[in-house]
Amino acid sequence: MAEQEKIKCNCNKVHEFMQEIEKTYKEEKDNLIPILEEIQEKFGYIPLEAQKEVSEFLKIPMAEIYGVITFYSRFTLKPKGKYAISVCLGTACFVKGSQKIMDRLKDRLKIESGETTKDGLFSIDETRCVGACGLAPVFTVNGEVYGKATVQKLDQVLDELVAKESKEMK
Amino acid sequence: MKSLQELHKIREEKRKELDLRVNTNADCREKHILVCHGTGCTSSKSPQILENFRRILKEKNIDNVRVIMTGCFGLCAKGPIVIIRPEDAFYAMVTPEDCEEIIQTHIVEGKRVERLLCKDIDGKIVNSLDELNFYKKQKRIALKNCGVINPEDIDEYIAFNGYEALERVLREYTQDEVIDIIKKSGLRGRGGAGFPTGKKWELTKASEGKQKYVVCNADEGDPGAFMDRSILEGDPHAVLEAMEIAGYAIGADRGFIYVRAEYPIAVHRLKIAIEQARNYGILGKNIFGTGFNFDIEIRLGAGAFVCGEETALLESIEGKRGQPRVKPPYPATAGLWGKPTLINNVETYANIAQIILKGSDWFSSIGTENSKGTKVFALGGNVNNIGLVEVPMGTTLREIVYDIGGGIPNGRDFKAAQTGGPSGGCIPKEHLDTPIDYESLKQIGSMMGSGGLIVMDDTKCMVSLAKFYLQFTVSESCGKCTPCRIGTKRMLEILEKLCSGEGEEYDIYKLEKLAANIQKSSICGLGQSAPNPVISTLKYFREEFRQHAIQKECKSLECKSLSQITIDEEKCKGCGLCQKHCPVDAIEGEGREKRVINQDKCIKCGTCIMTCPFHAIGN
Repeated sequence: MAEQEKIKCNCNKVHEFMQEIEKTYKEEKDNLIPILEEIQEKFGYIPLEAQKEVSEFLKIPMAEIYGVITFYSRFTLKPKGKYAISVCLGTACFVKGSQKIMDRLKDRLKIESGETTKDGLFSIDETRCVGACGLAPVFTVNGEVYGKATVQKLDQVLDELVAKESKEMK
Repeated sequence: MKSLQELHKIREEKRKELDLRVNTNADCREKHILVCHGTGCTSSKSPQILENFRRILKEKNIDNVRVIMTGCFGLCAKGPIVIIRPEDAFYAMVTPEDCEEIIQTHIVEGKRVERLLCKDIDGKIVNSLDELNFYKKQKRIALKNCGVINPEDIDEYIAFNGYEALERVLREYTQDEVIDIIKKSGLRGRGGAGFPTGKKWELTKASEGKQKYVVCNADEGDPGAFMDRSILEGDPHAVLEAMEIAGYAIGADRGFIYVRAEYPIAVHRLKIAIEQARNYGILGKNIFGTGFNFDIEIRLGAGAFVCGEETALLESIEGKRGQPRVKPPYPATAGLWGKPTLINNVETYANIAQIILKGSDWFSSIGTENSKGTKVFALGGNVNNIGLVEVPMGTTLREIVYDIGGGIPNGRDFKAAQTGGPSGGCIPKEHLDTPIDYESLKQIGSMMGSGGLIVMDDTKCMVSLAKFYLQFTVSESCGKCTPCRIGTKRMLEILEKLCSGEGEEYDIYKLEKLAANIQKSSICGLGQSAPNPVISTLKYFREEFRQHAIQKECKSLECKSLSQITIDEEKCKGCGLCQKHCPVDAIEGEGREKRVINQDKCIKCGTCIMTCPFHAIGN
């Protein structure tokens, strides 16, 4: 958990959001997962501050909350990149070569799946089936689906994003 | 709130209005442009197509044409799909830019837009849906309304006999009579294991306890399977209606739908459906004035495959880590919060209302002796017609792959098909004529599973496929029991050794031994079935494992350290196309020189093989 502390948290925003949550949800233990879903959706990860507030609200120990967060793959303890790239590794996409897309992506960004680049721009995830099997293999950037993907197409998309960012930096 | 009379009136009027959806000779002055809004087509801009149609119609002041969003038509490979009724014109791979031409040529001038009409595998233009080979052998029961109605409009569901089964059950049948109909129909659970549905209902009803629950398992975790998602996206009310019928039969007043959060469109449509049903008084208190109460809540799964296991799913609804419970007790006696709970899968529910309306004899006349009705499959992988198919039980794999699926693309050969996902096994060529039902699939070492059906051509490596599935189970194992947590990890390590050329023949024996032990000693279905993909690939493709272990050779490009891409000097004309497309500059040579691949740089992506016009590159 020490690592979690390092991530700078916007505590006021978290507190504000949690007050909203406490108004809409009942103090019942089975609301833990729906509440965590909302926090993940809002902040892109589950800040430590939010975990503390949920713990107090639902009277569930922090350790148990940590256990639940780390069990489910949709919950993360670290923020995702500005461009969250997911490569589908469902069977239909795998058979059509999505592992090659994934390998290329890791190779280019020099990070592993589940990690975010140091500049916070890109993160990689593997997903299991986005449901667009007719377009296999697919990868998504912030939810937008790129179908019939090839290593070249991925390179092209990455180049465009990098170019866009360096332009904005200037 | 609507009274029964009002509902009947809606059904009658709406049915007349929507006759053109199912009747090509419908007598009407309207036309409906149906735009597929399943996840597949939505990913290729179908919402924009819908917008464009509406805008253009408005600009041209055409008021007798309506644009409707529907669920999945099934033929995802040809998406986005647009169908114009009543004449049943089938346009494939439509882009938002094509809308203008479709409106002008088809609607205004009354001619078909030839270039966009769907073509069959043989290149023949298809004039209507039924002409397409893809649909000829299908029988749609669970998918009856998918692609016909607007899933966000309850009136359209009601028009096609929606909620009529519920009304009949509540007003005419006792609880036991309902259970009897389902038992007699022979319906078995479509989630994979195939437990008789009626029996499950009977057991849950017989359990003691005042509070009981009905749960819908929509945690479709098999990667590459999208049957349940398509039903929820295309016909959400069918699931709600069946859950209410089940609630009445077992004596429950609350239901939960546990659906993957990765399915945002399905979740959105379910929410709308529940809201509309509540407004009509079809969900809530005193339904149809019969004193029966029932309401449904949605719970989102947060991305854990094991939650498809029924007891893990219950744990997750209770807000905990989704770890399976030791059975017995089964959920029918002690489920959600310890109360008797009925859990069925989405596709199982999608059959219920039809069985009530048409009778158990009708349903049991379809299918084989022990597997009744139809099964929906998500057909994917190396097959031409990727999509959603529903066939009577007993249809052979050959019919599904070749007649419906249109065969294997790029002139390749069929190698194997995988059913049952990470819990299932592969079916090789020699078993292509096996009729698909619960028993015969089990006999040949696979299983029905939820309905994922992935076809592989002869370029695929079966060892790396086994590795792929093991990677999946290792990352999805919940960690509760040792055989699954540690055993599958050891199996994966052996497979990784084999794929990287460090394996030996003895490893194959070790794999088999581990597999047998994990099957015998794991707590839940995930662990017990995790070794299946390895066992079945070993059964049918043992020689390939031996090649990896002894000759250190992989005939496909998937095991990188065991394969090499080379350029055939004889065939290479030195055009340099491969060099231009290589993403890592691994191809050397200038001008008209014959090209050579620098093996140190090559990442074996296969781009060069695909781009070479002279077929000079291979492995």
